[in-house]
Amino acid sequence: MSANDTIDQNRRDFLYIATGMAGAVGAAAVAWPFIDQMRPDASTLAASSIEVDVASVTPGMSLTVKWRGKPVFIRNRTPEEIKAAQDVPLAELKDPVARNANLANDAEATDIDRSAGEGKENWLVMVGVCTHLGCVPLGQQGDFGGWFCPCHGSHYDTAGRIRRGPAPENLPVPAFQFISDTKIRIG
Amino acid sequence: MSGGHSTYTPTTGFGKWFDARMPLPRLIHDSFVSYPVPRNLNYAYTFGGILSIMLVAQILTGVVLAMHYAADTTLAFGSVEKIMRDVNSGWLLRYLHSNGASMFFIAVYIHIFRGLYYGSYKAPRELLWILGCIIYLLMMATGFMGYVLPWGQMSGWGATVITGFFTAIPLVGTWIQELLLGGFSVDNPTLNRFFALHYLLPFMIAGVVVLHVWALHVVGQTNPTGIEVKSKTDTVAFTPYATLKDAFAMILFLAFFAYFVFYIPNYLGHPDNYTQFDSLKTPAHIVPEWYFLPFYAILRAITFNIGPIDSKLGGVLAMFGAIAVLFVVPWLDTSKVKSARYRPSYRVFYWLFAINAIFLGWLGSKPAEGWYIPAMQISTLYYFAFFLVVMPVLGLIETPRKTPNSITEAVLEKNRGGSGHLAGATAVPETKG
Repeated sequence: MSANDTIDQNRRDFLYIATGMAGAVGAAAVAWPFIDQMRPDASTLAASSIEVDVASVTPGMSLTVKWRGKPVFIRNRTPEEIKAAQDVPLAELKDPVARNANLANDAEATDIDRSAGEGKENWLVMVGVCTHLGCVPLGQQGDFGGWFCPCHGSHYDTAGRIRRGPAPENLPVPAFQFISDTKIRIG
Repeated sequence: MSGGHSTYTPTTGFGKWFDARMPLPRLIHDSFVSYPVPRNLNYAYTFGGILSIMLVAQILTGVVLAMHYAADTTLAFGSVEKIMRDVNSGWLLRYLHSNGASMFFIAVYIHIFRGLYYGSYKAPRELLWILGCIIYLLMMATGFMGYVLPWGQMSGWGATVITGFFTAIPLVGTWIQELLLGGFSVDNPTLNRFFALHYLLPFMIAGVVVLHVWALHVVGQTNPTGIEVKSKTDTVAFTPYATLKDAFAMILFLAFFAYFVFYIPNYLGHPDNYTQFDSLKTPAHIVPEWYFLPFYAILRAITFNIGPIDSKLGGVLAMFGAIAVLFVVPWLDTSKVKSARYRPSYRVFYWLFAINAIFLGWLGSKPAEGWYIPAMQISTLYYFAFFLVVMPVLGLIETPRKTPNSITEAVLEKNRGGSGHLAGATAVPETKG
């Protein structure tokens, strides 16, 4: 018998489509682990909560701690700094959102919502990474007496809000809480 | 001009045996010995060869440096110092490699500017030009990741800023940045993957270089007249004419390279990179390597929002756009005449563009403050206007000078018009009757 006599078109189509589908799904399935392995690994994610003793930080002093490989600024603000930040009308802010992980996403960037809250307005805790391209801003510098990023010239005020320069957002406030009067847990 | 006919004739028995089985010597003979090149190539055309030698040099020094380097945040900085102090000849190999990167970029910029001057990107050389742009992109990625490896302050903060570009992308930006870093900030996973990629990319460059040379040998080289080769008298054999000219230019270039390596090895680097990376302290003034400075100025020129695009995304888009625009140059230039030699107006805009590019580089090294910002904005505007306005419009309104009928005619004309000694310098035995 000869194999050339009859060509089963359905059988060919089936093989063609089945091979193509298996190939496409297989390629996607293999590609994912290659991308997935690049994401932050378990040990990086595990180091995501720290506790800081702030008893020695008197008004006008700052502390920089490392959290998730990034600096976190903890500042005990002076009354003048708080007053200066409170006096800024919201309309003057480049970014009117609080960027405070402890509050709702649409909370306004008032001084109280940027700080540690009622009764702890003097405490400012924020990730010290410029929202432009990730440099560490310098404290108590710049045109607004807050932070100044030397890389591309972003000025933040005494509540860590962006006031001038290329950075689009206020310095983010991470999730944190006072676990005692002098201890903060970040993360 | 690469008509497909081969002039290779193996003479030995072994040569014939080999040629019948794998004609590699034939390919080399046809590509680099008997291959016809325009007889009027000047020294601007020697940088392709110089770039090949630089790629080989970088791979060689890089492979031996990798034998002494440790890609771990606790060891990297020390291992580079060990290469400098303890490893025999380590200082030389490292200075060759770090300055070699700069030389590579000097050569590639001359090569690109030569292409822009003589219209080397025009039909039928669009693909050749695009392959070159891809090589340039790969070179930038390789150079950037290589600069991270010594784990100095500029390494870490340069990596922070450059991976920060991706956070400008809406919605997925932060996810992409964490994917690149392997964490929330530049750290050990970042260094590890950058080292692996820094080792890989040069071989990918070599692969694209093969395609670049292949495309070149299909369409043939351009030449300063911009006129295609029409007859055999327009060309000379690659060997010895082009080979020797390329070799002579290479020696001069390597002497220039050696001057940097032996006398001013850190001139093109930054002293901050001899301080180990500190993730809590940004240097007062971050600058990238000199070869990225024009793009860095463009990035920082966008200090204003454009509609829904904020200044951060705008800056990143402008910077990537400055490179992306190179890819479409073959379709932006509407002039029928290739060479700037016959385009008097284009020549003026071209040299303005060259000066502007250098000025942008200088601005890139300056802080983003005072009058530097408006200067960056004006310079950036001209950078884009040259490609998007001058190139398309000038081709339509400019009256080019009369082009010669052939390369041979141009060469003979020049020799007749010039002083007598020029005729002997051409070193071409046959002349058209």
